[in-house]
Amino acid sequence: MPDIDTLDRKILNQLQNDFPLSIQPYKVMADRLQIGEEELLNRITAMKTSGLIRRIGGVMDTRGLGFYSTLCAVSVPIDRVDEVAEFINNIPGVTHNYLRDHKYNLWFTLTVPSQEDAERQLSDLEAGLNIAILNMPAERIFKIRVSFDMESHDDI
Amino acid sequence: MTYDLIDKGIIALLQGDLPLESHPFKSLAEQMGIREADIIERIEELQIKGAIRRWGAVLRHHQAGYRFNAMVAWKVEKANIDETGRNVSECPQISHCYLRQVPNEFPYELFTMIHARSEAELLSIIEKTARDNSLRDYIIIKSLREFKKASMKYV
Repeated sequence: MPDIDTLDRKILNQLQNDFPLSIQPYKVMADRLQIGEEELLNRITAMKTSGLIRRIGGVMDTRGLGFYSTLCAVSVPIDRVDEVAEFINNIPGVTHNYLRDHKYNLWFTLTVPSQEDAERQLSDLEAGLNIAILNMPAERIFKIRVSFDMESHDDI
Repeated sequence: MTYDLIDKGIIALLQGDLPLESHPFKSLAEQMGIREADIIERIEELQIKGAIRRWGAVLRHHQAGYRFNAMVAWKVEKANIDETGRNVSECPQISHCYLRQVPNEFPYELFTMIHARSEAELLSIIEKTARDNSLRDYIIIKSLREFKKASMKYV
């Protein structure tokens, strides 16, 4: 974990949970934290450079934008994993693709404008790879949280 | 839901990375011939329409100290789905909890993503979730290698 201090931790929590919706969001945030805007921008730059902050923007809602997404799994012989993973990575709607410790060893998400698009792309993929795909669309979303509490240090 | 060209320009900016400068909306506003304040109003409308789920920074969980992660899929009694899904979601280390349509060969329909700071913490969260919800049949599927992790480009 990169070397960050208490103020950085506070900044990370605010950036995740209370990022101001303003034409000058960093100025508003710096005022709240009682530091200069330039110091805030420097600290954020450092945490982006170290890789801790992936990006700052909006987390878009797939369903709210009218898109359809599904989790898929395939069982790939280990000597074909790299080739198949690359083939899957090249599909534009594939956002996540992982090798996992299971009989179905390649797991990926596909996000496309409609269910028909998903079904068509998956059947093309099955035909191209000659491998059956488990298609597991979400029926219900109970929770999506993508923020991490950076200020509490307690173990469990 | 329909989005006009201005909305699409804003979605394109927000799905990526805002410029790290005092006026992050200025260049988009100039490009589209509108005021920065108009962009803020549009973003508020997009939030109300449900296009934006959250606003702010996205961290890399590995670098944030959460290096022990697993996808755990649980077999759940259909009749208890609502209560179980809600209870499981209460756990702060569980970031995602979805009910999925699953085929017969993979009969674990409740999917969770768990993030922990140690292997012991990860196992104790899994055991506690199982115990608290009387879930006896589940499968832990760890990632071995990341081939792709990207933000979706909607426009």
